[in-house]
Amino acid sequence: MELYKLTVHEAVDLINKKEVTYQQIVQSALQQIHEVDKDVKAFITLTDERALEDSRQLDAVKADEEGLSVLAGIPFGVEDNICTQGVRTTCASKMLDNFVPPYSATAFSRIARQRGVLMGKLNTDEFSMGLTTETSYFHETRNPWDLNRIAGGASAGAAAAVAADEVFYALATDTGGSLRRAAAFCGVVGLKPTYGMVSRYGVISSGSSMDQVGPIAKNVKDCALVFQAIAGSDKADPMTATARVADYVGALADDIKGLRIGLLRECFDKGIDKDVKEAVLNAAKTLEGLGAHVEEISLPSVELAPAAHCVILSAEVSSNLGRYDGIKYGYRVERCQDLDDLYKKTRTQGFGDEVKLRVMLGTYALSAGNYERYYLQALKVRTIIKAELEKAFEKFDAVVLPTCSTTAWKFGDKVDSALAMFLADKYTAPASIAGVPAITIPCGFDVNGLPIGMQLMGKPFSEATLLRIAFTFEQNTDYHIKRPAIDWR
Amino acid sequence: MEITVKDVEYLAEAAKFEFTEDEKQKFAQALSDVINAVDVLAQTDTQGVQPTIYVISVKNVFREDEVLPSMDRDILLKNAADVQDGCYRVPKVVE
Repeated sequence: MELYKLTVHEAVDLINKKEVTYQQIVQSALQQIHEVDKDVKAFITLTDERALEDSRQLDAVKADEEGLSVLAGIPFGVEDNICTQGVRTTCASKMLDNFVPPYSATAFSRIARQRGVLMGKLNTDEFSMGLTTETSYFHETRNPWDLNRIAGGASAGAAAAVAADEVFYALATDTGGSLRRAAAFCGVVGLKPTYGMVSRYGVISSGSSMDQVGPIAKNVKDCALVFQAIAGSDKADPMTATARVADYVGALADDIKGLRIGLLRECFDKGIDKDVKEAVLNAAKTLEGLGAHVEEISLPSVELAPAAHCVILSAEVSSNLGRYDGIKYGYRVERCQDLDDLYKKTRTQGFGDEVKLRVMLGTYALSAGNYERYYLQALKVRTIIKAELEKAFEKFDAVVLPTCSTTAWKFGDKVDSALAMFLADKYTAPASIAGVPAITIPCGFDVNGLPIGMQLMGKPFSEATLLRIAFTFEQNTDYHIKRPAIDWR
Repeated sequence: MEITVKDVEYLAEAAKFEFTEDEKQKFAQALSDVINAVDVLAQTDTQGVQPTIYVISVKNVFREDEVLPSMDRDILLKNAADVQDGCYRVPKVVE
């Protein structure tokens, strides 16, 4: 049996029935990684020996009939901007090439405490800045559906590894749509939680007012299961103080009768691929057919979200990346004249061009004379967007929109730049700017057979409702079952 | 709005980067492109609108003033490139 193809729930069933061992599950996933990752290149660091040892220990415990959590023994991966104690965490940058964190991110610790089995660290764009992993210091991650195409960015490694059945699920981060875009491009499920639902402790800071950790999974049920494990307040991240956790797995009813769903008109007017438009509109019809009340909605201010997001993110990045000085950790240039020279040479050699551009953009937006025009103005526009969404959520339980305007493009087709990122973020930036939750689920395929993602946004802390809508859609469609052919082996 | 090479030099000094003349040109162009794209913000009417820095209301989160274990110094120093006698070593700062 090809165990690596199972979902978390299916694997747990087999383990409980004693039909398979933890070692068999982990070995199967490792075999798949060895088979496909030379082409997909989802991983930066493999922790295969540790994974095998973990599974051996779990089998020994299970023999003693000790109760284990549902995520115990299930192979997973972690985007390489989430700290894992003792396991190299690079942020896909030369700057952190040799960084071994002395502590773990809370989201990772919570899975580790349930004895999930870490398979390794997954590729991303350098400091999560990019759309394609072309800015990664290490390599590009390729889309399992078509190796000539991008798998998204920044969370491409996470999404591609799940889509290629290398891991059962992954933890990734989302600051402006990274997690959702990659999940959509790879035909898997991705959830960006409400800001403050998942601790940012141990997540290498990018845009601190928007950074969130979320799951990428093969289906909605697995997504809910992983989210349940990582959500909730954490003393180490004061932003999580007001987090309200619900029973997400219990919320997965195949029933959306009477729910009110808004269809975001602005997304379907211009600049969207025909196939994407058709698939998402069809998906909205499916939701209507399942008993939801679907109605068009207009939110004019969301058009401003990418610009506001770009400025806020750059400003926060320029501040957060000030810590890379070559002294406490990370890359350090060998020869320098004085301290200032050490800083300059270290940062010039340690960071790639995209990171430098972002940092300078943020420095510009925060500098005297520009602060009001750019940064302060972006924060005011954020207020307008947030208010408009709040008003929409008085009337609607969720808003439907595409996750991306296109499907995955070929490497080299678009230049990876802050400007391209700005345009690609147009459907994902609103949820990040307003801090509301959003989920992407597969809802169709384009003419080239590439997956299309539908996005559902909800009000703060409405993850249970979003998961329920996504689950109902999934139960009544089969887009999530189709996997990449992987016939290029 | 155009970002000039002189602007890039100022920003590079503030952000601690060094660029060749070619790089300065390239970054000036790239920065100009983005700044022009985000200028739509400046044209938005925000009169009377308060800025939102954090989307959730931020309040002080207090805890008991207890001594908690700190990370081990030797482990923390392992990630540093230059260490001496349990301290980070840096170029001379004060003459």
